[in-house]
Amino acid sequence: MLKIENLHARVEGKDILKGLTLTVNPGEVHAIMGPNGAGKSTLGNVLSGRDGYEVTEGSVTFNGVDLLALEPEERAAAGVFLAFQYPVEIPGVNNTYFLRAALNAQRKQRGEAELDSMQFLKLVREKLKIMQISDELLHRAVNEGFSGGEKKRNEIFQMAVLEPKLAILDETDSGLDIDALKQVAQGVNALRSTERGFLVITHYQRLLDYIEPDFVHVLADGRIVQSGDKTLALKLEEQGYAWVNDKDPALTGASA
Amino acid sequence: MSEAQRTPFVDSLLDGATLAQLPGSGIGWLDTARRENLEAFVASGLPDGRVEAWKYTALRALGQRRFASGDAQALTQAVDASAFVLPGIDGPSLVFVNGAFRKDLSRIDNLPAGLGLLPLSQALQGDAEPLRFALSRHYRGSGDVFARLNAALAGDGVVLRVADGAKISQPVRLVFVGAPVNADLAWHVRHIVELGEGAELSLIEQHVATGAHQNLGTQVTDIVLRKGSRLRHVTLQEAAEGSTLVRHDGIQLDADAHAAMYVMELGGSLVRHDLHATLAGDRARLDTRGVFALRGRQHVDTQMAIRHSALNTVSESVWRGVADDRSRGVFRGAIVVAEGADGSDASLSSKNLLLSGGAEIDTKPELEIYADEVKAAHGATVGQLDERSLFYLRSRGIPFAEARSILTTAFCRAVFDGLDDEGLREHINTQLMAHLPTA
Repeated sequence: MLKIENLHARVEGKDILKGLTLTVNPGEVHAIMGPNGAGKSTLGNVLSGRDGYEVTEGSVTFNGVDLLALEPEERAAAGVFLAFQYPVEIPGVNNTYFLRAALNAQRKQRGEAELDSMQFLKLVREKLKIMQISDELLHRAVNEGFSGGEKKRNEIFQMAVLEPKLAILDETDSGLDIDALKQVAQGVNALRSTERGFLVITHYQRLLDYIEPDFVHVLADGRIVQSGDKTLALKLEEQGYAWVNDKDPALTGASA
Repeated sequence: MSEAQRTPFVDSLLDGATLAQLPGSGIGWLDTARRENLEAFVASGLPDGRVEAWKYTALRALGQRRFASGDAQALTQAVDASAFVLPGIDGPSLVFVNGAFRKDLSRIDNLPAGLGLLPLSQALQGDAEPLRFALSRHYRGSGDVFARLNAALAGDGVVLRVADGAKISQPVRLVFVGAPVNADLAWHVRHIVELGEGAELSLIEQHVATGAHQNLGTQVTDIVLRKGSRLRHVTLQEAAEGSTLVRHDGIQLDADAHAAMYVMELGGSLVRHDLHATLAGDRARLDTRGVFALRGRQHVDTQMAIRHSALNTVSESVWRGVADDRSRGVFRGAIVVAEGADGSDASLSSKNLLLSGGAEIDTKPELEIYADEVKAAHGATVGQLDERSLFYLRSRGIPFAEARSILTTAFCRAVFDGLDDEGLREHINTQLMAHLPTA
């Protein structure tokens, strides 16, 4: 579904991703772990099409389409969803209005019929139940005055409504206490399916106690230096990222 | 009279000025006031940029244009009333087409008790004496050139009075329709509004167009709010995109009076709005909320002047401006707290959004305080749309143009949050959405 090959990207003239290769198939949950500055958030931003990230080499295809050639809204319509590390507060834009505009914009781009307000409300009610979120959240402006936990739950709720094929979770656990973390993880787990792939970007192993990954990749200095199953995350937790640095060919002087 | 000031603009208006045919002609004091204001207008001509009040609004191009006076078809021309329908609002209304009163389009039968509402032309046929004070004014200020013109040539308008203690529940609508005719036309309307002690009124002023035209409209409104009265005044300015519209509002608030003024400026090619308020009685309160959203080469200039001249008076002003393409917005908010107006509270916020590199917004808050124990705050900003918000919306599938429109509307809509009429608020949001950029 998602095929990243030899991806190089730079931000403000600085090379951040230096040859990242990764394949995510439907139904798989991939965790990307790594120390600060390894390029974790850059990966999420490049995949979602944020401005200011220049891809200098390599390719990303999504179900055979060149993802990098698409505008951010086209990527969303194709089924890519990014749960932001820092969701933006948008005063004056009602959460429900926003979500319906988003869903209908995607449906329109895909040539599907738009949902009227009754159909949309029915869908939202179903998703609220799954996410165990109170509908009070819907009546507020997008993320305005939300607590850290509410913001992240709102991201997952948006994901539930938009039903992407690939969900990228960018450090969704950051800034959350354990209860909020569990709630968010519960939401994510409810959305796991054989058709949907996940890319879970995180600094800490903690989140992976609740969202169990099929694969764990260690990102260091812009490329994946180690891949394995969930036991790799536990090893990182025990030994820290210093151990990873030893594995980094760039740091050990070995050829890539 | 110097020849340099006899621009085609002044000439054409002078040619068309047939004071003897205006309603009320023959009333001695009115004839005198009209004649003197006209002489003053001709003598001053249009001001140039050296006059502070017109620093950001050049009148040179207007000075070269000619306007016809009097629209022979205005009284009979078919007008599609759907151009000014407001959802859920069907109370009393006065409708004018190119400045001429249209009884057939208005609703002034069965007025609620305590409401006096009639066209000025009709009021002048009866006892004109109560109008004498307002209509004998001389406008001498350099900023008042159009008020001068209006005082000379306005033959119709609105006379609205609410009796002491009367609370009018249905909003009253004043509708000004600009309609295309075979020449550029100048029309002038003059309004006198008075709320008696403890009276309450909701007033909606609409400027709409039934087709493309480049007419000039001038309007002068005098509002007096007696002790303890409450006025909500909503102005929806959706004039024709090629038209010129100049409005001059003067408001006096007596003790404990409260005015809430909402202004939405969307239309017009050259628009000027002067809003001059005096908080004349203790504890009087004025809230102003305004938005302008401009595109193409529109030019909208709002000049607000609020004077606190009594104890414990309050003014709160929130204005938002959006300019796209090569449009230009001007906002000046001048607040004076006069000597002795102790305990006054004045705040002013002007925030503005530039959507294009070719657009310009000039905002200038001014605060002068001569009293003690005054609370005063003002802030003005001009910025651009937040890139992070834009990306957030796009990352959820909302195309760039729609995302921009959603964010711009959100920027503006907070101004109308306090408007306690959901239908009207929704109407405003819809109009804003439709006017704001989609490409």
